[in-house]
Amino acid sequence: MPTLIKRTGEGFTAAEDIFTDVADEDAIPNGPVILSMARFQAEGDALVTAGRSVGVRIQPDEAVEDLAYDLPRLALVGAVFPKFRDGRAFTTATLLRERLGYQGEVRAMGEVMRDQALFMVRCGFDSFAPVDGATPSDWAKAAGLFRHVYQRAADHRPPAFEERG
Amino acid sequence: MYQYDVIDHEFLADRAAQFRDQVARRLTGDITEDQFKPLRLMNGLYLQLHAYMLRVAVPYGSLNPTQMRAFAHIARTWDKGYGHFTTRQNIQFNWVKLGDAPDILDHLASVDLHAIQTSGNCIRNVTSDPYAGATAQEVDDPRVWSEVIRQWSTLHPEFSFLPRKFKIAVTAAETDRTAARAHDIGLRVLRNAEGALGFEVMVGGGQGRTPYLAPTIKPFLPAARLISYLEAVLRVYNRHGRRDNIYKARIKILVASLGAEEFARQVEEEWGKIGEGADLPDTELARIRGSFVKVPFETVAPRSEVFEAEQTSDRSFARFVRNNVKAHKQPGYAIVEISLKAPGATPGDASAEQMEAVADLAERYGLSDIRVTHEQNLVLPHVKLDDVPAVHRGLQSVGLATSNISLISDIIACPGLDYCALANARAIPVAQSIQDRFADPDRAEDVGELKIKISGCINACGHHHVGHIGVLGVDKKGEEFYQLSLGGSGAEDASLAAILGPALPADKVADAVDKLVETYLSMRTDGERFLDTFRRAGMAPFKEAVYADAH
Ligand code: HEM
Ligand code: SF4
Repeated sequence: MPTLIKRTGEGFTAAEDIFTDVADEDAIPNGPVILSMARFQAEGDALVTAGRSVGVRIQPDEAVEDLAYDLPRLALVGAVFPKFRDGRAFTTATLLRERLGYQGEVRAMGEVMRDQALFMVRCGFDSFAPVDGATPSDWAKAAGLFRHVYQRAADHRPPAFEERG
Repeated sequence: MYQYDVIDHEFLADRAAQFRDQVARRLTGDITEDQFKPLRLMNGLYLQLHAYMLRVAVPYGSLNPTQMRAFAHIARTWDKGYGHFTTRQNIQFNWVKLGDAPDILDHLASVDLHAIQTSGNCIRNVTSDPYAGATAQEVDDPRVWSEVIRQWSTLHPEFSFLPRKFKIAVTAAETDRTAARAHDIGLRVLRNAEGALGFEVMVGGGQGRTPYLAPTIKPFLPAARLISYLEAVLRVYNRHGRRDNIYKARIKILVASLGAEEFARQVEEEWGKIGEGADLPDTELARIRGSFVKVPFETVAPRSEVFEAEQTSDRSFARFVRNNVKAHKQPGYAIVEISLKAPGATPGDASAEQMEAVADLAERYGLSDIRVTHEQNLVLPHVKLDDVPAVHRGLQSVGLATSNISLISDIIACPGLDYCALANARAIPVAQSIQDRFADPDRAEDVGELKIKISGCINACGHHHVGHIGVLGVDKKGEEFYQLSLGGSGAEDASLAAILGPALPADKVADAVDKLVETYLSMRTDGERFLDTFRRAGMAPFKEAVYADAH
C-alpha cells in the first residue's frame, strides 16, 4: 500500500489508504473504491445507493464541472498528474474548492512529488500519494518552505498584500 | 525603482534555500536528471553545449547600480568575466557549474535578484518599456503594472506547470519598445474615451517555428480588473492548450485554432465566473505604485550649453547624440542608450569591467537607474543634458560608446552554434560580418533605422521573424546556410517578415545585405526607412538585386 499523506489542519500525517484505486478493466472489489469518471457515471449510482464509499479519479482532460451534481455523494475526488509537469490537475483542484465548493478529500494522484507540495496544498489538495518516497515531515517541509505567498489561492493563506495590509 | 520590503526579501531567501536543497538532492542522486530538470529550469538553469547556463531575471528590465555590480561579481567569480544580456531583458551566464549555482542565487538574493521563472513552462519574467518613467509618450508607468504581474505570477500555484512557457509584455507608449504583439500576452496601457485607465489585451503572439502576432481579444480592460482577467486567460490555456506536441503547445496555437473570437469568448465566460474577488485591492495597487521611489529630478534649464558646445567641438559626441540620446519628459534631461553592439563584439555581451563602469555612471550621473532593452542594449534613463558629455567619455573609456542604436550594426543575434545545443548554424559571426561591412559610421547613419535580427535555428530566439531584415540559420547537408526574410517589425507597426528566396552560404550574407541596402537607397523617398520602402515597393526589386547573379 503506497504511503498516503494527509493534511490535518496545519500539519501533515501518514494515513492508511482505505480506498482501492480501481482500473476500468478490473472488477469492483469490496470496500471503499476510486473509479474513473466514465465508470462512475455508469456504475456509481448503484454503489452509492448501496451505501458504498466511492471516490472519482479525474484525468486532466476531463472537466471537473461534469461532477458538480455528484459531489455531495463522493467520498473523495482524485485529480491525476499523469506526468509531474502536467499542471492541469492544479486547475481541477482549484475549481473543486473555489467554484464548486467541495469540502471533501481532494487527492493528488499520479506522479506526485514533494517539489509540488506547496502548489498542491495551495490549490486545495489535502491528500497526497507521493511517488518519491516523501514522508509527512518531508511534505510539511516542502509545503512550508516559503514564509510568504503572493497571490490568493484555494488554501486561503493570506497573501503578501494582506500581510502588508 | 520598486523597493522590496521585508516580505519580498524573505521570499527570495526562502527561494534560494529551496534551490540549494534541490541541487543537493540532485548531486547526491536522490532525484534523477528527469525529475530535477523542471526544478532547475524554474530557477533559470539550462544545460547547454559546454556547461550550465544560468539565466537571471531582470524584472521588466530595471536595475540599480548595486545589482549591476552583483552581475559583474558573478561574471568574475563564477563565469569567464562577462555576461550576456538577452532579448527578454535578462542576463545569462554561460559557464556556470551546477555546484556553484546555489551560491550565485544567494548572492543574487542579497541584492533583491533571482532567477525565478526565467525558464520552464511557467509565467516568465515580465518585460516592459526600457524608457518607462522617462518618456513623455507614456499614459502611465508600465513598471507599476509589470510589478503587479510579477508578484501575482511568482510561484503561482495553479499556473506553474503550463503546457509551455508564457511571456507577458507591458507597454504604455505609442512607440512600442517591447514587441508586445510577439508575446503570449501583450498589454498596452491606455485611456478610453471617458479617460479611464485600462489595457488593450493582445493574446497569442509568439515566434519560434510558427510565428504569430497576437490579436487583440479585449480592446479595453479596466485597469483594476487586470488580475482576474489574466487568471481567466491562463486558466483557459492551462486546461485547453495542447500538451501532446511541444511545438503546438504555446497559447498562440490555441488562439489560432479556436480563432481569436472564440478564444475571447471562452476567456470572457471564465472571467465572468471568476468575478472581482480575484482582483487586487485598490489599496495594494496604490501601495505598489507608491513603492516606486519618486525620481529626484532637479529643475534645470531645457537647454544645456555644455551639451551643445561639446557637440560642436567633438564629432564623435555629436554622432553619439544623434543616435543614442533620446528625448526625456523632464526638461534638461535625456535618455542615454548604451550599445552592446560594438564592432566585432558579441551582441549583448558585457564584461565585468563594463558592467561596473555602467553602474558607476548610473550612480554618478543617472539617478541610479539602469535599464536593459529587448534589443540587447542598456539604457541610462535619467541623465542631465549637462552630464551627457561626461557619460559619453566614461563609456568611451570602456568601449561602450558605439553610436549605432537602431542602425544596421545594432543587430540582435541569438547565441547560435557557438553556445546552443539546438542550433543549425552560427549567428554571432554572421552578425559580425554584417557589422564589418557597415563599419563606416557615416554610411550606417545614411542608411538609417534598419533592424537586423539573426537566429541560429527555427526557434527564433534572435527574433528574425520581426526583423526589418531577418536572418535564419539552416542546415543544408551539414553546411551552415542562411535564409533571409524582409519586412518584419516588432514595434507598434508589427508585422512578420516574408522569405526573400533560397538560403545563402555564410560568406554571401553580408553581400546580400549590402545589395538590399543599395536597392533601398536607390528607391527611397524622403524620410522613408528601409521598412517603409519595402512595404511600398514590395519584395520584387530586393529579390532581383540579391539573386540577379543566379539568373
Ligand atoms: C542558448 C540556449 C538557448 C536555447 C536552448 C533556447 C531554446 C529556445 C527554444 C527551444 C525556443 C522555442 C520555444 C517555443 O517556440 O516554444 C526558444 C524561443 C525563444 N528564445 Fe531561446 N534559447 C536559448 C537562448 C536564448 C537567448 C540567449 C535568448 C535571448 C537573447 C532567447 C530568447 C528567446 C526568445 C525571445 C524566444 C521566442 C519566444 C517566442 O516564441 O515567443 N533564447 N528558445
Ligand atoms: S534560435 Fe536556435 S540556435 Fe538560437 S539560441 Fe534559440 S534555439 Fe539556439
